[in-house]
Amino acid sequence: MPEVVIHTEELTKRFGSFTAVDRITFEVFKGEIFGFLGANGAGKTTAMRMLIGLLKPTSGSATVANFDVYHQMENIRKNIGYMSQKFSLYEDLTVLENIRFYGGIYGLTDDELKAKSDQLIIELGLQSQAKKLVASLPLGWKQKLAFSVALLHDPKIVFLDEPTGGVDPITRRQFWDLIYSASDRGITIFVTTHYMDEAEYCNRISIMVDGKIEALDTPQNLKNQLKASSIDDVFYELARGAKRAE
Amino acid sequence: MRIIRFLLQKEFKQIFRNKTILAMIIVMPILQLLILPLAANYTVKNINLAVVDHDHSSFSQKLISKITASGYFKLQGYNPSFNKAFELIESDKADLILEIPADFERNLIRKNEQQIFIAVNAINGTKANLGGYYIGQIIRDFNNEIRLEWLPQLPANTQEGIQIVSSDWFNPFLNYDLFMVPGILAILVTMVAGFFTALNIVKEKETGTIEQIKVTPLKMRYFFLGKLIPFWILGNVVFTIGLITAWLVYGIVPQGNLFVLYGFIWLYLLAILGFGLLVSTYSNTQQQAMLIMFFFMMIFILMGGLFTPIDSMPSWAKVIARLNPVSYMIDVMRMVILKGSGWQDILPQLLKIFLLAVVLNSLLFFRKKISA
Amino acid sequence: MKQFLAFVKKEFYHVLRDKRTLFILVGLPIAQILIFGFALTNEVKDQKILVVDNAKDIASQRIIADIAASKYFQIEISTSDAKQILPSFKKGIIHLAIVIPSGFQNDLVHLKKAQIQVIADAADPNLATTLTNYISAIIADYEMDLNKVSNVPLRIIPDVRMLYNPQLKGAPNFVPGVMALVLMLICVLMTAISIVKEKETGTMEILLVSPFKPVLVILAKAVPYLVLSLINVATILLLSVFVLNVPVKGSVLLLFAESTLFIITCLTLGIFISIKTSTQQVAMLVSLMGMLLPTVLFSGFMFPIENMPVPFQWLSNIIPSKWFYIIVKSIMIKGVGFSIIWKETLVLLGITLLLFLISIKSFKIRME
Repeated sequence: MPEVVIHTEELTKRFGSFTAVDRITFEVFKGEIFGFLGANGAGKTTAMRMLIGLLKPTSGSATVANFDVYHQMENIRKNIGYMSQKFSLYEDLTVLENIRFYGGIYGLTDDELKAKSDQLIIELGLQSQAKKLVASLPLGWKQKLAFSVALLHDPKIVFLDEPTGGVDPITRRQFWDLIYSASDRGITIFVTTHYMDEAEYCNRISIMVDGKIEALDTPQNLKNQLKASSIDDVFYELARGAKRAE
Repeated sequence: MRIIRFLLQKEFKQIFRNKTILAMIIVMPILQLLILPLAANYTVKNINLAVVDHDHSSFSQKLISKITASGYFKLQGYNPSFNKAFELIESDKADLILEIPADFERNLIRKNEQQIFIAVNAINGTKANLGGYYIGQIIRDFNNEIRLEWLPQLPANTQEGIQIVSSDWFNPFLNYDLFMVPGILAILVTMVAGFFTALNIVKEKETGTIEQIKVTPLKMRYFFLGKLIPFWILGNVVFTIGLITAWLVYGIVPQGNLFVLYGFIWLYLLAILGFGLLVSTYSNTQQQAMLIMFFFMMIFILMGGLFTPIDSMPSWAKVIARLNPVSYMIDVMRMVILKGSGWQDILPQLLKIFLLAVVLNSLLFFRKKISA
Repeated sequence: MKQFLAFVKKEFYHVLRDKRTLFILVGLPIAQILIFGFALTNEVKDQKILVVDNAKDIASQRIIADIAASKYFQIEISTSDAKQILPSFKKGIIHLAIVIPSGFQNDLVHLKKAQIQVIADAADPNLATTLTNYISAIIADYEMDLNKVSNVPLRIIPDVRMLYNPQLKGAPNFVPGVMALVLMLICVLMTAISIVKEKETGTMEILLVSPFKPVLVILAKAVPYLVLSLINVATILLLSVFVLNVPVKGSVLLLFAESTLFIITCLTLGIFISIKTSTQQVAMLVSLMGMLLPTVLFSGFMFPIENMPVPFQWLSNIIPSKWFYIIVKSIMIKGVGFSIIWKETLVLLGITLLLFLISIKSFKIRME
């Protein structure tokens, strides 16, 4: 039985009278690439933010890395990595400086920092850019850098929020190679996206519509169930009647 | 504590790469201290005088000469009538009208009493007050002079009596710079510390890096500390540049103990920075942060006692002034730099600033959420 | 035209939805008026002073009583030890001290001459001068009482009339200045920042690519601030009339017309800044340092221009708010008509046109 790293039970978030996330229940297993799909406004970003501590749930329960999101957020933080939509690297710091900073925040020793940053730079092929400001990097490299920085402290789970927005298909492909190699190392990947073709790359996906999880399974099973030839069609079938868009 | 080192490294790198901030830190003190005191001169002089002389005697001429010789007044010209002179007041060419009635000299001798008419543009109350006072003084002096000249045989009629010996301490030449510069220094430090701190945090909110930080195990209080320290150091730097400029340009040497001065500044900066950080937690965009900061800064500066004395304010305004950190700073600046006040003298201000710093910063550190 | 209105509508939404900013943009003038109108004054009253009475005779008691009775002063410390003066100054408790020497009355009666020492804390020179003046006036009054000699010959009596502001209130001087300041702030700062923000976030490019003339895009941004500023003018005037009791002596219509002109000047300035700068931070700093500070310094309402070194006086001529301040003062406080202020209006118009032309030229250059 694979280890459960994320577990939610009737997790809900309400803003006034508006229910953004409506009693979702699901599990994510160690080492898998879990795709969290949904249209814009479906609630997937809100749900993810509750798991990483940027929002407090209204009701329901959730554990991440076996720690409770209500009371043990500190522990959760030590065990997860996060890559936000905006990549959140400091544009006015160099590549090396960003690595050192985030590594230091996560408590890496000076030796570890040196080793890791050397390794990372070589892996990403950023030797010539290491001392340049992040602002000067092309979008694709920023993206890869942001991902790698999220993994610096060897977290158990890494959360990616729409990581491939705005990059070309080749870069996207390269990025997913990075995700695969991280997954191979035993890191669980929780990724939200609205690119349906990326769903095919995941082990399992869930599709949120109007705050609820309408489907959760492997991409192949979903396609079979709904007699669809692509996840696009699966999504269309499920989200047709959605009341919330944008 | 290692973490603080990383935070500080990052902050300082960012500050030094930000050309705007660097320019501001160095240029602003110098600019403000050079330009402001030159411009902000409240001494009353060069009052434009329009004369309407119906007497045309050498007597009236002597009076007019005496008035213009005083240096306070600039003779704008002679006008045939009050109405003509009034037009000059309307078009701001004259500030004050002196009207000497016809047969002034003759009637003075015959009736022993003559009125002389003065009309002052009182839109600027201070100027009008002082202008009226000066001209009154000159006329009184003139009066005494001619009395002595024409009636030397009446000694007991000199209205001498009480002679007032006045001396001005701390600023014997009534140098306005000495008054303004320490106050301007106070404002300078306040603006730099407050504005840049607030903007800095909001920028992290806008770019999203603050979210990234929130997901890390970094405790929020360390994050704020990492913001406070660099700008605190910056505030000190600006203050020091300002002090040096004040010395080089105006020859102002602090009369009091430098330790007292810096000791107060250290506490004061904590209060202002706390305030700046607090404002940043209430703003979502740089625009908002800047406007809110500006709003409060403006109130603080205006009611700080630099331009008008706090003693003259109505009681409700005095209450606000008492809550205003800038007013304490301006007080202490003047007291220590000009009068050489010591620790004991500034104790009340010190305590109040300490209280403010504690309150503001604890509000900050207890604020778990950064987004408002 | 319809498209233009659509743009203007969008801009209004931006402004109205940012409640915090809106609150400050409307609240700022109100706060300023209240502060300037009520709190900021050079009026002297209840000034704490220290009295050293070494005479302790009827004359000194009488003078001290007169001082205590005056609304200008409040006797904080009454002592016979002159050594207390310096520490009291240092503590900032008092700003003026008088010392009446022993044998004061004796000297007055027998020698017809006596001295009183007045010591002022001249760290604030104006305050020192004013306080010294007031106390001299009180002593002079006492002297006159003593003499009660109305047969002193050859009396020249000045009859002083204060024009426009007989009560010497601070408000008539400040209110026009506040108007200039507020309009400058909102129009220059906000316009510049709002346009630069679109540049920064990249949405400006989208607008520029639309079939819409870029000039109209920028104008649409200026419109909400124009409206907001006119509302602020009205607010300031209402507050001035009903709360500060400073009425508008001249034509309100003329005032609004001139205000509109000045608003356009400031908006143009803001637009010019936004063309030349690329980040919000820089736009803000330029607006504040480059526009606001000179306005406060050189417009003449806080510091008299005629006291400044000559180069500064020349500099003040290119500051639009200096001219606007004169215009508002003239219309509102003096009640004059256009015939008096046509010159200033022309200058303002000229500055506006110049800015407008430079902006268009810069904009075209940017586009290439």
